[in-house]
Amino acid sequence: MIGIEHYVIVSSILFVLGVLGIFLNRKNVIIILMAIELILLAVNLNLVAFSAFLHDLTGQIFAMFVLTVAAGEAAIGLAILVSYFRSRGTIAVDSVDRLKG
Amino acid sequence: MPPILIIVFAPLLAAIIAGLGNRALGNVAAKSITTGALFLSCALSWPIFLTYLGGDAPAAVTPVLHWVQSGSLTFDWALRVDTLTAVMLVVVTTVSALVHLYSWGYMAEDPDQPRFFAYLSLFTFAMLMLVTADNLVQMFFGWEGVGLASYLLIGFWFKKPSANAAAIKAFVVNRVGDLGFMLGIFGTFLVFQTVSIPEILAAAPAMKGASTIGFVGLRVDTMTVLCLLLFVGAMGKSAQLGLHTWLPDAMEGPTPVSALIHAATMVTAGVFMVCRLSPMFEAAPAALTFVTFIGAATCFFAATVGTTQWDIKRVIAYSTCSQLGYMFFAAGVGAYGAAMFHLFTHAFFKALLFLGAGSVIHAMHHEQDMRYYGALRKEIPLTFWAMMAGTLAITGVGLAGVFGFAGFYSKDSILEAAFASGSEMGRTAFWLGTFAALLTSFYSWRLMFLTFWGKPRWIESEHIQHAVHGEHDDPAFEGAGADVAHDVPDPHHAAATGGYHPHESPWTMLVPLGVLSLGAVFAGFLFYTPFIEGESFWNGAIAYNEHLIHAMHTVPWPVKWAATIVMLIGFAIAWLCYIRDTSIPAKMATQFAPIYRFLFNKWYFDELYNFLFVRPAFWFGRLFWRRGDVGIIDRFGPNGIAWVVEKGSVVARKVQSGYLTSYALIMLLGLVAALTWVMA
Repeated sequence: MIGIEHYVIVSSILFVLGVLGIFLNRKNVIIILMAIELILLAVNLNLVAFSAFLHDLTGQIFAMFVLTVAAGEAAIGLAILVSYFRSRGTIAVDSVDRLKG
Repeated sequence: MPPILIIVFAPLLAAIIAGLGNRALGNVAAKSITTGALFLSCALSWPIFLTYLGGDAPAAVTPVLHWVQSGSLTFDWALRVDTLTAVMLVVVTTVSALVHLYSWGYMAEDPDQPRFFAYLSLFTFAMLMLVTADNLVQMFFGWEGVGLASYLLIGFWFKKPSANAAAIKAFVVNRVGDLGFMLGIFGTFLVFQTVSIPEILAAAPAMKGASTIGFVGLRVDTMTVLCLLLFVGAMGKSAQLGLHTWLPDAMEGPTPVSALIHAATMVTAGVFMVCRLSPMFEAAPAALTFVTFIGAATCFFAATVGTTQWDIKRVIAYSTCSQLGYMFFAAGVGAYGAAMFHLFTHAFFKALLFLGAGSVIHAMHHEQDMRYYGALRKEIPLTFWAMMAGTLAITGVGLAGVFGFAGFYSKDSILEAAFASGSEMGRTAFWLGTFAALLTSFYSWRLMFLTFWGKPRWIESEHIQHAVHGEHDDPAFEGAGADVAHDVPDPHHAAATGGYHPHESPWTMLVPLGVLSLGAVFAGFLFYTPFIEGESFWNGAIAYNEHLIHAMHTVPWPVKWAATIVMLIGFAIAWLCYIRDTSIPAKMATQFAPIYRFLFNKWYFDELYNFLFVRPAFWFGRLFWRRGDVGIIDRFGPNGIAWVVEKGSVVARKVQSGYLTSYALIMLLGLVAALTWVMA
């Protein structure tokens, strides 16, 4: 029998993968976007799992909202990326350091 | 409005107008206002003096303003006029007015004339404030005011480093004296509970030897300490031995300044102060002995140095120093009337000598070295006759009972008083003073012979060369030269004169010379009786020692004739050395080389002070600067904070890597930390 704890473990693994994907990645900004998607998915999984477990639909409705936001975020993120590539000629994470003090 | 208010405040008003108006006002307006104000003061002063000359005139006090009321310390601004003040009033205003007029000619080419005249008038105001002071604090105000004006005027040509150095030296040396004066004023207030001069003088005689006071760890007689402290102030201002070093250097200032401040008025402020406080000094015999000693020593010292100097103004400066010594030892033996009399006559003949020297310098195109003068008698005859009157006055030419020039009466009465005083120190002062009179005669005639007789020696002078070749010196320095001619060289004279023709000064310079000549000739003859014997003339303004006056008249005849005899000897030596055989001075200088060097270097006072005070002061200054200021305060203060900020920001900069990922990590860690803290 698959219990709520399995869902929580999987979503935790996904979340940590996403977070590490942001920090350990030194190459490509697209990977950061993908990692963010992974985090959001982990959250969604959590929401849906607890929604089913607690018989409360609010969690699932919230998950739909998160999906929408994720889609919008991906669209805007890619758009920024494209225009950034046009202006700088690269999207390597190491060279995106213009905020340096 | 009482005339004394106008006398004192007209120069101040003129100084303010000329000083603030400055260039906007223009040269002629500034000069007219200041000179006009001074002649007004002078015109109002003489009637006051003549009133007192009539005898038995009482002292008058004109209140001006309330000043300080603090516990038992109360004093007001008030102008006190008595015989002593009246004498100083005519001296100060007359000489100052004439010097103002003289400066029209002398400073004609200077670009900063309004400033100069404003300073001169400011000085006169401060000096008048000093001599009319009714309390010690007001006197101190005037005292510092003249010091300030002296500083400003010595450093008038502020582009000259030597003038700046001389101005600072004068100010600093005077500070030493002023410290003594201030301590004296504090002590006087402590003892008498008042700073009002009449009240102090009234209480002083009862204090004679009455109490002791603790001073620098010793128990000493109160009046002696107070008088000595006050006298230290007088020593600084009047350039007495020990604190005299600033006076010769003060000759860096324009010559009219030397005449007004460093000959006739300011330097006599010390003598005036001792005379003003004479009842107080009378109550302190030990202090009077010290005054006599310092006066006699200065008189002798300065005269010896004066015999070797080459700069015409320095000779007269040392002469001033020496004559001030006469005044002090006269006061020291109790002959205050004689001291004031010499002050009075000296003001005329010494101002005359300085202004005459200025006229010579003007004619010789700023050359001040007497080695390059010679044969000027025919070239500038009016200046020559004025200088002659001054020289006859200072050397004390005269025949007892018939007529004498100013110095004859005043110097003789001082020497007689010193002898008649009967004290050990008085006799010493008499001998030193008599020897100094010989030297006075020698250096005065040496000056005359080198300048006006002999052959022209102008060609050697750089200044004259410049004049002949049409190169003017910077007009900001020694403001003469407008009417120095650039004539065609005369072939007969060209060898020695360099083709240079000295010109007589303009009338603005000659008129003061003429007026002062009258003073130098007649001041002694006319005023001998009131000053020396006039108990009703002084009317209590100074301590009057009737016994001494009698004793003065009964001194043996060699004493009476001593001054005249040494004057003739001095003249004879000068004539021998500088007219008859001009090789003698050089021979003497080599024969007695150590003595000559000792005198020529002014007894090495400057070197001694340099070693004792200046260099240790520099060392201390450097210690505090390098170790204290830079090493401690800067190091741990501003520089230390800057170091911490710099190093800290190097660390802080690392956080600002610019990488999005590290920012996100920090945000995450922060969030986790915050959550942990909230939940825990």
